[in-house]
Amino acid sequence: MSALLEVESVSKAFSGIPVLEGVSLSLAAGRVLGLVGENGAGKSTLMNVLGGVVFPDTGEVRLAGDEYRPRGPAEAMARGVAYIHQELNLLPNLSVAENLFLPRLPRRGLLMDRRRLEALARERLLAVGLDVSPWALVGDLGPGARQLVEIARALAADARVVILDEPTTSLTAPEAERLFALVRRLRDEGRGLVYISHALGDVLRLADDVLVLRDGEVVGSGPASGFDEARLITLMVGRSVDTVYPARAEAPPGEPALDVSGLGRGGAFRDVSLTVRRGEVVGLAGLMGAGRTELLRAIFGLDPPDSGEVRVHGRPLRPGPREAIARGVALVTEDRREDGLVLDATIADNLALASLPAHARGGWIDQRALAQALAAQAAAVRLDAPAGLGRPARTLSGGNQQKAVLGKWLLGRPSVVLLDEPTRGIDVGAKQHVYRLVADLAGGGAAVLLASSEIEELLGLADRVLVLRRGSVVDELCRAEFDRERILAAALGVAPAGGRS
Amino acid sequence: MRRLSRLPGEAWVALSCAALFALLAPAVPGFASAGNLRNLFSSLLPLVAVAVGETLVLVTGGIDLSVTAVIALASVLGARVMTADAGLLAGNPLAVPAAVAVMLATGLAVGTVNGLAVARLRMPPFLATLAVTTFASGFAIWLTRSEGIAGLPAGFRALGAGRLGPFPTALVVVLPLALAAHALLARTVAGRWLFAIGGNARAARVSGVPVERATLLAYVTCGACAAVASVLYTARLETGSPVLGQRLFLDVIAAVVIGGTSLFGGRGSVAGTVLGALFITLLDNGLNLRGLSSFTVLMVKGAVILAAALVDAARERMQGSR
Repeated sequence: MSALLEVESVSKAFSGIPVLEGVSLSLAAGRVLGLVGENGAGKSTLMNVLGGVVFPDTGEVRLAGDEYRPRGPAEAMARGVAYIHQELNLLPNLSVAENLFLPRLPRRGLLMDRRRLEALARERLLAVGLDVSPWALVGDLGPGARQLVEIARALAADARVVILDEPTTSLTAPEAERLFALVRRLRDEGRGLVYISHALGDVLRLADDVLVLRDGEVVGSGPASGFDEARLITLMVGRSVDTVYPARAEAPPGEPALDVSGLGRGGAFRDVSLTVRRGEVVGLAGLMGAGRTELLRAIFGLDPPDSGEVRVHGRPLRPGPREAIARGVALVTEDRREDGLVLDATIADNLALASLPAHARGGWIDQRALAQALAAQAAAVRLDAPAGLGRPARTLSGGNQQKAVLGKWLLGRPSVVLLDEPTRGIDVGAKQHVYRLVADLAGGGAAVLLASSEIEELLGLADRVLVLRRGSVVDELCRAEFDRERILAAALGVAPAGGRS
Repeated sequence: MRRLSRLPGEAWVALSCAALFALLAPAVPGFASAGNLRNLFSSLLPLVAVAVGETLVLVTGGIDLSVTAVIALASVLGARVMTADAGLLAGNPLAVPAAVAVMLATGLAVGTVNGLAVARLRMPPFLATLAVTTFASGFAIWLTRSEGIAGLPAGFRALGAGRLGPFPTALVVVLPLALAAHALLARTVAGRWLFAIGGNARAARVSGVPVERATLLAYVTCGACAAVASVLYTARLETGSPVLGQRLFLDVIAAVVIGGTSLFGGRGSVAGTVLGALFITLLDNGLNLRGLSSFTVLMVKGAVILAAALVDAARERMQGSR
């Protein structure tokens, strides 16, 4: 049995930070390789190397014995490597057939050859076992069918290697079963598959071999029969990384500042109750799509909840960002470009945006007082803006943009602070500043609710951690009980490695 | 050169106006005469009034196509109230104030409809205000069977050509309006809100900006400004006309865009708009005096606006790539 795809000691660093370190793997034709690891373990980077999105710094990849160094996704596809991304890239306003073959639709002269397109589309849909009309609009399909369309699109007839990244996140159980059947069929046709998922049970059922990544290194590999969920989690978690978290004063718990009871919204989360006291940092753990962002937005009133109640300092909070801000609640959103900053406005205007009324009398801005407050705030969050606060926010680095968002909210001296992934995509130095700010906030008596995908970060900063899974709180740990494996197991929905029942 | 590039955009427009003046003064006989300058000034002022209102809307990232329809409809309704022939209040000493009030109310009403359609119903500004334009100008023509209403009282006509002490009456109206709009945009909380909405409405909402209310404010103010312009134009023309301002929209957009307000939203200033209006008025007046046909003037104006829009798009691209 010769290897179809061989990766040999591939390394990759982004701006000096190693993401992959000497990773090797081997995939044979007619096998499924399950790839697991925590967020940030390097799974996506490794697959991006195979998909031609990222070049490795060192190391070698061979495809069916030949050197394989794709210079772009198109070349990867042409060589027979199909990478099905986690986020679907379909155009909902076009038909299934058009989505399958864009940008190279079959033509006759200047016109689209509808008949040939339909025939080709039927062939592809048959290959993935999807029974919909080629002319159905993708926007009208359910998530399961869309996932299959995405696979059908990537699956040129000669695709030898098929990479699936978290294909089941938005699927119902029967839809997932259909997908598994497809995976097995593709394997039996002699293709090699890489299956990435947080659903460890699925991985063990589907995969012939398993590879575990942690901090960019392979920490376990071999036939799937040699692993169980507990062993996978132990391997995934490992030791801590060397980040320093600011010391938190042993705070006597204050009055409850934020009270959430029975909160629910659509399919995003249901019946969530939690309390955050003054001076307390409560962490919110969970996988992507577990409902953390939706919960924070609902508490803040951006997307009002369907049911339940939010109380701030004992009094009910009416939904709506203006009410929330007036009551001393701040929300540092996950997406700073979309929801956080007005990128083309000046840094000063951005810092001021959430607390303008406080610096105005009768609608007139007190320019001098505001400018002083902004300068002080920029210094307080260690905003590094060498060209001054009059430059567009767009000119700041990612870390400084995040500090600008934090500065905007802290300017209003909030007593309840909701933080959604406050350190995503920022460098280590900026992270330290953010951690410092969180600790200072709590030290100053604010109640902090911190959502993060990095368990490490929650353990370093929080007094308590709540674990969300599929929209419900499934576990709660106080500082004495902090345990990465238990949090991860709860988030994944499997029994913890310690063997609790 | 480096220092030059740091000048605010308004200074560039002011320099362009000076250059245009220097170019036209020797080339066009009578251009710099006192009579022509007075004439130039009296067409500039109403244009400033409309363009300032439009600036507020463009800053939010919207557009109001209905300003010309507001001018026509307000002109007709005001004239109906006060005309000496058959006005509702003909001969009444309160006819003129009542007529002006009706005209302003027309602007506020149309602005409110636009604002609610855009802010509350989330209709695209282009479509909403185009529909309102069509309705309002159709209504104005239907009311009058497409004929002008003459016989406006002298007290009203004085608003057009009259003087208050040493100043033209129109200046006494438009200058405070422009100053107030400038203060609104540059110095008030509401002004910051308008910029934030135009820059990133989602981020503005998260930050507690009352997006609906502020957007409504922009459209209502824009309607009111157009109504003020209608008072001035109607008084100057001495007729209530259902087609008043029909060809004005191009000049309004030209003034705003030359003044440096972005059609993408989030950037602009009243001072720039005033200077932009000056530029387009100088150009129009100079070319007309030179004896160019109105078609040639239109072609030149089109080219100038295209150039201004190119600068705007280039600026947007530069910001996007940084």
